[in-house]
Amino acid sequence: MAIVPTPADRKYTTTHEWVKVDAGLAIVGISYHAQKALGDITFIELPAIGKKVGKGESCSVIESVKAASDIYAPVSGDIAETNTLLDAKPEEINKDPYGSAWLFKITNFNGADLAGLMDGAAYDAFAESDK
Amino acid sequence: MEIIFKKSVQDRKGVSLPALDVPTMISVEKKYGRTRDADLCELSELDVVRHFTALSRCNFGVDTNFYPLGSCTMKYNPKVCEKIAQLEGFCSLHPLLPQLRRGGMLTQGALAVLYELERVLCEISGMDAFTLQPMAGAHGELTGMMLVAAYHRDRGNVRTEVLIPDEAHGTNPSSAAIAGYRVRSVPTNRETGVIDLAVLETMIGPQTAAIMMTNPNTLGIFNSQIGKIAECAHRHDALLYYDGANLNAVVGKFRPGDADFDVVHINLHKTFGTPHGGGGPGAGPVGVKKKLEEFLPISRIVKRPDNTYSLNYGYPKSIGYIAPFYGNFGVCLKAYAYILLLGHDGLAEVSDNAVLNANYVMARLKRSFDVPFDRTCMHECVISAARQAKNGVNALDIAKRLIDLGFHPPTVYFPLIVKEALMIEPTETESKETLDAFVAAMEAIAVEARENPSLLHDSPVSTPVGRLDEVKAARDMDFAFA
Repeated sequence: MAIVPTPADRKYTTTHEWVKVDAGLAIVGISYHAQKALGDITFIELPAIGKKVGKGESCSVIESVKAASDIYAPVSGDIAETNTLLDAKPEEINKDPYGSAWLFKITNFNGADLAGLMDGAAYDAFAESDK
Repeated sequence: MEIIFKKSVQDRKGVSLPALDVPTMISVEKKYGRTRDADLCELSELDVVRHFTALSRCNFGVDTNFYPLGSCTMKYNPKVCEKIAQLEGFCSLHPLLPQLRRGGMLTQGALAVLYELERVLCEISGMDAFTLQPMAGAHGELTGMMLVAAYHRDRGNVRTEVLIPDEAHGTNPSSAAIAGYRVRSVPTNRETGVIDLAVLETMIGPQTAAIMMTNPNTLGIFNSQIGKIAECAHRHDALLYYDGANLNAVVGKFRPGDADFDVVHINLHKTFGTPHGGGGPGAGPVGVKKKLEEFLPISRIVKRPDNTYSLNYGYPKSIGYIAPFYGNFGVCLKAYAYILLLGHDGLAEVSDNAVLNANYVMARLKRSFDVPFDRTCMHECVISAARQAKNGVNALDIAKRLIDLGFHPPTVYFPLIVKEALMIEPTETESKETLDAFVAAMEAIAVEARENPSLLHDSPVSTPVGRLDEVKAARDMDFAFA
């Protein structure tokens, strides 16, 4: 798979989630770098709709052939929607981590939580140093 | 190799029964009868013998090859321990016997073994009391966390969190979560390979029930700040839990009880003479300090004034039953035999050799592989295939290639905080010749990774089945042959 450029239209966490605000919702996924480090993804447990999440709180579990990892909410708020496509096709996360394989959407989110997150360029530098 | 059902030939038989010459006595109601054939395979006796003999030759174990599976301690265990466990007087005992009227007198030998094993484990670990009942390491962890919960409940403490280093075995957070606690991960210092006291101080508080530590940790590094960590935990009335997964590195050198650990579990199967693998059998006895003794599971073995042994159920604050009967008795028996065989000096020598072997392998592999935490290790070392990964060869490829060269692969991709991790635990029972042969194989693979990476992607090529599709195995689980 070719290296996918890091989109500039969203923010990134040090735990390798991305968050993008669209139509009043904070859409959350994991980075290309994260899916590559995890390897082939075999399962994802998404949060329940309506669940309240705090910034930095573990709210989802992702499993690959190598490991199981927590996904942390980049912003606090309520889970509005989860990506049901991933239940049957977790491998989409490997194929299209920035597009069709978003994980969940957060509503009533705290916009101030976005301020401390990295932009695409800063995340690239961070991911490089994390290798 | 074909599975046995594929070898089936219609009407072939392994036995010939004489024709029935008496009336059939049993009649089965039609509704209980089969609606279709049982689909058993039809084979001759020789077909069956050859099939299973061929299968047994595919077996891979410590008895056939070097098995440096890091964190699992796949060492050779003396066969004499097996002999002892097969003694008629032990293996024919019924586990209900001690609970029957006067049955206790018929099980004095077995009860004495359990009682004495508890005493020697107290001596080895520096704890005050033990339960031998947990059936495995993770079961011991859960029992330990239930004891922690019982302690806080008894004192009226409301505690919600357990702190666990990020390199810990996955069973630690699982056990704490099953016991009802929220888990917080303590980061490992990238320079020292252990957690920092200063970081711990910022995370601990009135919400902390316990800190779970493995020492040496899964990077094979001993945390020498442990005394201060214990002091920090106790200042907040949090308990300090010792995961004994790596105790085999320090037996006879360091006692968790002396470092103020409150609860300890010991993996008898890893440390003391039981072959394991394939999921068992194991034993994960839990030791505690005096302040936690009243919470230990029932029943407990007690010695009467006349030096006979009996089971006591009279502990009102006990967490109750955690296992049927008294744990995996056979594993406890083998551990007891192993400990008595080696004695104090022998056990200390086991640790010496386990540590020496790991450091030898690490020192020799440094040239060909990255060593992320380059300092003296304990019983296992963690190297990284990061250098090889740049050439498209991952830790998994190296592991698979080792199989072709006659070695069981090390643990890969663990601990999670090391990229392309290969975790090697040679154990004390291997000779220098075996370690040299393993190092030579690893060096040969490092050369192949540079010059012929595709060879590694195809490996193993010498086994009955080649590279397994691990992704498919995880995504489409199907265990039945149809």
